[in-house]
Amino acid sequence: MPLGLSSLKKSIWIYHMACSPCNNCDIEILDLLTPRFDVERFGVVLVGSVRHADALLCTGMVNRQIKPRLQEAYLQASKPCIVLAIGSCAINGNIFRKSYNMAGPVDRAIKEVDPNAIIVYVPGCPPKPEAMISSVVKAIGFLDTLKAKAK
Amino acid sequence: MKETIIPIGPFHPLLEEPELFTLRVEGETVIDVDVKIGWNHRGIEKLAQGLTWDQVPYLVERICGICSTSHPYACVLAMEEILDIKAPLRAQYIRSTVGELERIHSHLLWLGLAGHFVGYNTVFMWAWKYREFVLDSLEHLTGNRNHYAMFKAGGVRRDFSQKAMDFTMKSMDGVEKALKMFLGVVSDDPVLKKRLVGVGILTYEDAILYSATGPTSRPSGVDHDVRRDEPFDAYDKVDWDVVVLKEGDVFAKAACRILECIESVKIIRQCIENMPEGEIDAGVTDIPPGEGCGHYEAPRGEVFHYMRSDGTGYPIRHKIRAPTFNNLPTFKATCPGAHIADVALITAAIDPCYCCTERVGVVDNTGNKSVLTQDDLTKLSIDRTFAIRRDLGKLTWDPYSKLI
Repeated sequence: MPLGLSSLKKSIWIYHMACSPCNNCDIEILDLLTPRFDVERFGVVLVGSVRHADALLCTGMVNRQIKPRLQEAYLQASKPCIVLAIGSCAINGNIFRKSYNMAGPVDRAIKEVDPNAIIVYVPGCPPKPEAMISSVVKAIGFLDTLKAKAK
Repeated sequence: MKETIIPIGPFHPLLEEPELFTLRVEGETVIDVDVKIGWNHRGIEKLAQGLTWDQVPYLVERICGICSTSHPYACVLAMEEILDIKAPLRAQYIRSTVGELERIHSHLLWLGLAGHFVGYNTVFMWAWKYREFVLDSLEHLTGNRNHYAMFKAGGVRRDFSQKAMDFTMKSMDGVEKALKMFLGVVSDDPVLKKRLVGVGILTYEDAILYSATGPTSRPSGVDHDVRRDEPFDAYDKVDWDVVVLKEGDVFAKAACRILECIESVKIIRQCIENMPEGEIDAGVTDIPPGEGCGHYEAPRGEVFHYMRSDGTGYPIRHKIRAPTFNNLPTFKATCPGAHIADVALITAAIDPCYCCTERVGVVDNTGNKSVLTQDDLTKLSIDRTFAIRRDLGKLTWDPYSKLI
């Protein structure tokens, strides 16, 4: 794990998973890549396959149809893998928490398959792009503490 | 040649929303496309029945993050039809300004994504760079980049400050300049011409047949715009034109969207210049029994909301029809015969929003049936109508009284 962790924090490759969101967090994630915020200068790159990803950006209240797909995608990602629960919906369901189609927020769905998963919460509806950048920085800081523990 | 089936999705790097495309191809030519949705279904209509009239605009705002003005707009228009009132003049101008700012940001977003789909990432970066100025204006005017929470029955929730309006006027100059540049880029660039002209042609007949709305149908020659045909708020008090083109290909759709943005800039300028003084809220306290409809021309087409009230604090029925529901099936007319590399572009040309469109996630009838046929759906619909008729006996008002 220590080698994986130290290489992980150099350049985080992210994979975007929309788990029944309202699309708003998703366009703010895309906004991160464009000239105003430009996260590529920190080495954060959006990749096309979950197998290349170091971090999963999950948005939305997880509905019943998407839940098994989210769990499957998480299991396919190479470990260690950070899960960023982006937006209020991903944290507690927000306005949709009473919906008949709600299958638990992101952290519950992920922890069903991996109880030790690293989950970063980014609140907001939608969170500002600055908040998302700051969350990635905090996640890297958390990886440092994990590395210290592993030694 | 042998037929191959290519599944794409539900998670794929192309669109940000999950959906499953099934392409049936022969070599490089697409014969048929099918789409499966349901990964975004959140049960909004049912949730709306559990919220108060004041909370419903907040919920419908979250149907879709890109149309987060259109849905509350149509929703409050439906409520105002039940109340039979109109918002104060200043509130009307504020609403139209927010609606048009949203149209520019949505169309620029689409333009960027279209550039991304043809592999022309410069357009993507440019369009999203200029889109930021629109978002800045919205943040100054309403307090948030997306999800503005401006709308309520009988008015708006907060007023525009003079400083924010000045900022918007200034940023509109920059946006208009950028839009004119994009118009030049799209009409002159040989790469874009090669990829867009003559691709995915939607004829006038097909647009009528599939009931396409908005910027999907107007490039095909359908002269229809809710803002002009059924004017409300500030739209009949300002000077603007409906953009209608006749080619119907992806190029015409891109051009139509840019021209519409330029019209939107015109509307915003006139709204802010002629912004009347006065109240912004009609002071609605409760909604009487009755039913009402609201239309609004969302960036993607006509959005329709129907609401029914029985005089209590909650709506008893809230029906939503989003524009992509009509526009999505047009790929049955445009995709067959296209090159496989063009299909992504053609399906994206309608500016699909699956969040709005999501209907029923899981259909599981008795007898372990997973797919319902037309006959099953007709039977379910008839049963439901009878059930509603039975229930209506208990109501204190006659829902058909308004129709006669």
